Amino acid sequence: MSELLKVPTMAEFMAAGKQPEVLFWVGCAGSFDDRAKKITKAFVKLLNKANVEFAVLGTEESCTGDPAKRSGNEFLFQMQAVTNIEVMNAYEIKKIVTACPHCFNTIKNEYPELGGNYEVMHHTQFLKTLLSEGRLTIEGGQYKGKRITFHDPCYLGRANQVYEAPRDLIRKLDAELVEMKSCKSRGLCCGAGGAQMFKEPEKGNKDINVERTEQALETKPQIIAAGCPFCNTMMTDGVKNKEKENDVAVMDIAELIANAQDL
Amino acid sequence: MEYLPQLLFAVALVIGIGYFARNVKKLMRNIKLGRAMDVSDNKSQRWKNMTMIALGQSKMVKRPIAGFLHVVVYVGFVVINIEVLEIIIDGLTGKHRVFSSAGSIYGFLIGTFEILAVLVFVSVVIFWLRRNVIKLKRFLSSEMKGWPKSDGNMILYFEMVLMTLFLVMNATDLKFQAMDSGNIISQYITPWFSNFSEHSIHLIERSAWWFHILGILVFLNYLYFSKHLHILLAFPNTYYGKLTPKGQFENNEAVTKEVKMMMDPNVDPFAAPPEGAEAAVPAKFGASDVQDLSWVNLLNAYTCTECGRCTSECPANQTGKALSPRKIMMDTRDRLEEVGKNIDSNKGSFKDDGKQLLGDYITNEELWACTSCNACVEACPVSIDPLNIIMQMRQYLVMEQSAAPMELNNMMTNIENNGAPWPYNQMDRLNWKNE
Ligand code: SF4
Ligand code: SF4
Repeated sequence: MSELLKVPTMAEFMAAGKQPEVLFWVGCAGSFDDRAKKITKAFVKLLNKANVEFAVLGTEESCTGDPAKRSGNEFLFQMQAVTNIEVMNAYEIKKIVTACPHCFNTIKNEYPELGGNYEVMHHTQFLKTLLSEGRLTIEGGQYKGKRITFHDPCYLGRANQVYEAPRDLIRKLDAELVEMKSCKSRGLCCGAGGAQMFKEPEKGNKDINVERTEQALETKPQIIAAGCPFCNTMMTDGVKNKEKENDVAVMDIAELIANAQDL
Repeated sequence: MEYLPQLLFAVALVIGIGYFARNVKKLMRNIKLGRAMDVSDNKSQRWKNMTMIALGQSKMVKRPIAGFLHVVVYVGFVVINIEVLEIIIDGLTGKHRVFSSAGSIYGFLIGTFEILAVLVFVSVVIFWLRRNVIKLKRFLSSEMKGWPKSDGNMILYFEMVLMTLFLVMNATDLKFQAMDSGNIISQYITPWFSNFSEHSIHLIERSAWWFHILGILVFLNYLYFSKHLHILLAFPNTYYGKLTPKGQFENNEAVTKEVKMMMDPNVDPFAAPPEGAEAAVPAKFGASDVQDLSWVNLLNAYTCTECGRCTSECPANQTGKALSPRKIMMDTRDRLEEVGKNIDSNKGSFKDDGKQLLGDYITNEELWACTSCNACVEACPVSIDPLNIIMQMRQYLVMEQSAAPMELNNMMTNIENNGAPWPYNQMDRLNWKNE
């Protein structure tokens, strides 16, 4: 399948004297993490299917600086931000889509003050737009009637008030969307934010991802849907910790939609 | 002699209000110890937030039981205080119930106050039960031992006593009872005193009246030392609350300046700084003590109601980590008070006491447990942002002390060298395409 992926870079567009419709910001997890790369590919398949003229920065992309900033290294964050902004402004980028809520939040909210002004969308928002414009159709396929619960990423939900786009997409799969007891604005963190992803948790009596996974399992889901590569890792580990990996899958919304169309 | 009560009343009033004014001045001075921050934008949105969140209690009712009871006490307290106006006029002029000439309107008002007084009393009793008998988890955390615990109960006792005094005052006011208008509740209390002589009843009425107003003056002055300060500060605090998306953390301006200098090829790093530029560079990055925080952070600290809604939503706290966002706010206030007292006893200037917020109050372990999830900010009924303080203190730990956990240092080195938090080469960023 993968040889069919069309992934043009900004440099190629520039060489051809063209502007893409949107820049796909892949992010570090989406580029390097084995699990997240699958999400990246699923999303690209959908973009290809909908004939979206997109481009990636490829080797010109660099970390947004989110984990540095949340660790307290404002200096490193701003260096990263200024460098990325320089690259994107040189390409005259107007619109960005990303499958990572951390990249989404940082570019959307923290880059403007440093000179980077773009329209930024989370991939669930973008997919929803494609759908409403009729460029993409969704069928339930293998997910029809399945029980799916959605884990709100903090940096998509509480941080930016995006609660409905991912849920609308799940409903479009004709799946049964079940909510955890704490969801939307009261959703519990997966434990990865604030750079926790990159360190051992502090001393406590439980890991946050296990707590959150327990909440998810209470809904008796067949699938835990995620919208963030880090949440995905945390919830996957949580499901393994509970020895439920044979019954419950952790999937990104883009993967659900791509799989449902047998892409 | 005839004017003695009026004189005493005036003296009590002047002392009560004077002392309160002194504390307010101190409060403002302490808040101004914080770093300057411009919050003069978006006035209309700010007024709206204040009206909705402080006046309209919109966030309180997210937890229906506590929210409802709180609205009762809040409305009751505000409305019943209209009566205080009459008490003050009576006290100063030596008249009795000056407003009673308003007739049925007066009856209606006092009747409303009486009903509210009972509702407040009942709500306060339920609040007390929640704290002391049902023992709700969020009132039992380690930071709630000692003064915070007694403070919480003290406020409830104050309100119980004040409400009782108000009703007794009405019940033993035989002239008022004779009017038979507005004594909706107190008429049932009057018979309790039927064995007393008219003189004793009058004495009880006078005592209730005096204790009621003195109690209010004492309560007013208790505020400064209590979490109950929120009844005043909730208003400015919700007005100055954050308006940008919760995920948007402010960019440190001092760092922006440095980064711009480094990136600008026209700047000669060895050139002598222009006059006054030295002062523009801050003494330090991030915050290690209260003076480094913004004044809004400090206002936040004084406003905290210690309700613990933040802590009960905090993922770190729920899983047994040392972090409690409520404790972050309480520590900030305690340290600020300590700094304030230090200034008072050193003729107006702060003398280094070898202590600071970081380390002596808040530990690194607490700071490193935060996931920056914003659950605390979302939960706070009075728009407090504990996360903002945590992030400023992390900035100090990392940029001033290089005291990040080792794994985070590795992560940051990776970003610096390869543009990703893991040790992968930037040139391999698009390899996924062909895998
Ligand atoms: S932002 Fe930090 S302190 Fe606040 S709830 Fe989340 S983990 Fe706790
Ligand atoms: S910060 Fe807000 S939510 Fe937390 S204890 Fe204080 S008032 Fe309550």
